Amino acid sequence: MASEITAGAPPADDPQHRATDNTDSSGRLLSADGTPLRDALRKSQKAARRRAFMLVLPLLLFLCLVFFVPILGMVTTSFLNPEVRDAFPATAEAIAEWDGESLPPEPVFAAIAADIERERALPRQEQKIGTAAQRLNRELPGARSTILRTARDVEEWDPPYREKFLEADEAWGSEELWTLLNRETRVITPAYYLLALDYTYDKQGEIVKKPERQQVYVQKNWFTIWMNVLITGACIVLAYPISYLLATLPARKANLLLILVLLPFWTSLLVRTSAWIVLLQGQGVLNDIFVWLGLVDDRDRLRMIYNAFGTFIAMVHILLPFMVLPLYSVMKTIPPSYLRAAKSLGAHPFRAWWRVYFPLTLPGLGAGCILVFILGIGYYITPALVGGATGIFISNLIADGIQSGGANARLAAALATMLLVGVLVIYWVFNKLVGVDKLKFG
Amino acid sequence: MKASAADRALPLSGGVSRTGGEAENHREKRVMKFNMLLGTAAAVAIAAGAQAQDDFTPSGDEKLTIVSWGGAYSESQDKAYHEPYEEEFGVEILTEDKSANALAGIRSQVEAGNVTWDIVDMLQADALRACDEGLLIEIPHDEWLAEGPDGSPASEDFIEDTLGDCFVPQILYATMFAYNTEAFEGEGPQTIEDIWNCEKFPGTRALEKIPQKNLEWALIADGVPAEEVYDVLATDEGQDQAFASLEALQSQEGCDVIWWSEGAQPPQMLADEEAVIATAFNGRIFNAQVSEDQPFEIIWDKQMFEVDGWVVPVGNEDDLPLIKHYLKWATDTQRLADQAKFISYGPARASSDALVSTHAETGVEMAPHMPTNPENFEKAVRFDTSFWADYGDALEERFTAWLSE
Repeated sequence: MASEITAGAPPADDPQHRATDNTDSSGRLLSADGTPLRDALRKSQKAARRRAFMLVLPLLLFLCLVFFVPILGMVTTSFLNPEVRDAFPATAEAIAEWDGESLPPEPVFAAIAADIERERALPRQEQKIGTAAQRLNRELPGARSTILRTARDVEEWDPPYREKFLEADEAWGSEELWTLLNRETRVITPAYYLLALDYTYDKQGEIVKKPERQQVYVQKNWFTIWMNVLITGACIVLAYPISYLLATLPARKANLLLILVLLPFWTSLLVRTSAWIVLLQGQGVLNDIFVWLGLVDDRDRLRMIYNAFGTFIAMVHILLPFMVLPLYSVMKTIPPSYLRAAKSLGAHPFRAWWRVYFPLTLPGLGAGCILVFILGIGYYITPALVGGATGIFISNLIADGIQSGGANARLAAALATMLLVGVLVIYWVFNKLVGVDKLKFG
Repeated sequence: MKASAADRALPLSGGVSRTGGEAENHREKRVMKFNMLLGTAAAVAIAAGAQAQDDFTPSGDEKLTIVSWGGAYSESQDKAYHEPYEEEFGVEILTEDKSANALAGIRSQVEAGNVTWDIVDMLQADALRACDEGLLIEIPHDEWLAEGPDGSPASEDFIEDTLGDCFVPQILYATMFAYNTEAFEGEGPQTIEDIWNCEKFPGTRALEKIPQKNLEWALIADGVPAEEVYDVLATDEGQDQAFASLEALQSQEGCDVIWWSEGAQPPQMLADEEAVIATAFNGRIFNAQVSEDQPFEIIWDKQMFEVDGWVVPVGNEDDLPLIKHYLKWATDTQRLADQAKFISYGPARASSDALVSTHAETGVEMAPHMPTNPENFEKAVRFDTSFWADYGDALEERFTAWLSE
């Protein structure tokens, strides 16, 4: 606004204006109380802006508190690694001197013995050794037992410690454990992102791809994306004709149809998902009908649920309204006369539709696609209920990790951060290609 | 158990031991209020705290919050432990059905410094983990728990290896294979090897969607002796062998594997003939057999037994006398045997076995259905919680990868 005033203000050297009494010596407009109009305007706008800001403040605070802060927290957890350093501070210092070749020298063993003794003297809830052992165990199965079992005996030992450690558990003689200890004393770690990308450290501490039989997450991510591409595609195919009908039928019929679309939309997600279980399961309604019709053998019923197919069907059904509603709202605004005009000018009905009608529905289609795809990619309950072993999404693995806590919760945070970044990238690409400002969400 | 330490300490410090009777109860309460007004409660509490240990008796207005699994299991605890305890000591017991998320729940309560759960029912594996993380109070078994009827200390009376540093077992349950007898003409499968024999026993198998137990059975079916299973499973080759054996079951002609994740599913799957053989918790199958009259048969061969029991989250130190009093009472020989009237899980004390009688509702003789019954227990394999604490993450990841192939 301020710039418009400047632009609209008469040039300072305009003699006619210089003569009037509401300008100052340099020709700026003045308000009634003698202050330059521009400043007065800015002042009054400032008050309005402050009022507007106060109005959105509750929402802003709410968003910060329940959205940005938790997400920031999640992103932070995904690369923090304080467990080992907290429990073994002296060891962390001593092991930094270690050359990484052969076994560490006696001072490192003495440091770890001191750390263990100090830890065990603390009240139970302040002991961090168990958590640290679990952290190490995430990378090296068995490390937990080695540390906790040894820890029980350490207070009875006298120096030199090295021999006693080696006697207590032969794992203390493996360089793998020491390399790991050394690495995990770093407070910031890429370890969880490596795990999330199916990489790991080998015995020498080099980053390598995991053995194929243990690769989980990359494949699951692609599966999630691919499934949602299919789901979005199916939604387009199903929703387009329905929306067209809705937009072109007479109002009374269209309203009835719209209620049929909205009714499932208003029904609980769990109810709809359970309904699909009733329909699709082995002894379910559909299979019973197939058997009765003689299409399939009773002993060889179709497996339509607890796999990717079940997830696909249930998700398409649940997400369909998110495609129908934006499409419908856009189609409603396209005058039927456009199509008639195209046809009267000689276009084949398909050509008329493709060249005139379809481009006009693109804003709705784009909105529907991004709604369905982004909602679908984070879906959790439906795949968990009907996905069985093969039809689950990355979100289900994230939920499992958070439930089991500890290092797995950090891995889950890394996976969730990657999912978040992935969605933002998709949104950005979409914006570049289609333009989010052109979308119509209904 | 939201009453403060002072409330409970009063009757003790006054030398009043509760003998029951409403009048006395009322007098105690009045005396207590009076004392509170005088403002001497704190001093009394400290004096009482020192002597409060073994001779502690609840004053009758405390509350205990006990967390358990819900369903038939919580009901059995209500009837065997909670209701009689409330009646005898006047303590109000509040229950929450949150055990399925006990570890996460305790973790968040302890971290927030606001522990509202006094006693939590937990799986031994989760208890081990929580104990490692310093979330639980350590329990000196012989000091806290009742002796066996022959005077043997608790640590000898409980079944070997079931007590944990922070854990008092109550029941022992088995996960095993069961089948629907109507699915097979003639004799059904009898051993783990039979389960893997799809030619002789065709049909869908329902397994739990976790690597635990399935990998052990896969190895046993592949010829590994039960007592060596965990040593083998700790090696790379052993893990390969176990997964190959699972793969062999899944890819065999005539077999098909489906996966369950809730304990209620397998009996349902067997009843619907979604599966003809399923792994399940023995109590669930017992319920289906006895209460629903389902034609199910349990295969008592290489069933894996686990224990479930009580833990006390840290942060309950002020309420310890009552918690100890409850735990001692509720895990004695008679009480553990009582629970077996309501659910077919075996009491964790060896001395309780002889006291197991009949099912409270149906009058069925419980002993043959108990996983601790000597005949059933003979071929049982102990589920190794500490093996899984070490190898769980790695094997779970591999299991997930294998499943999604």
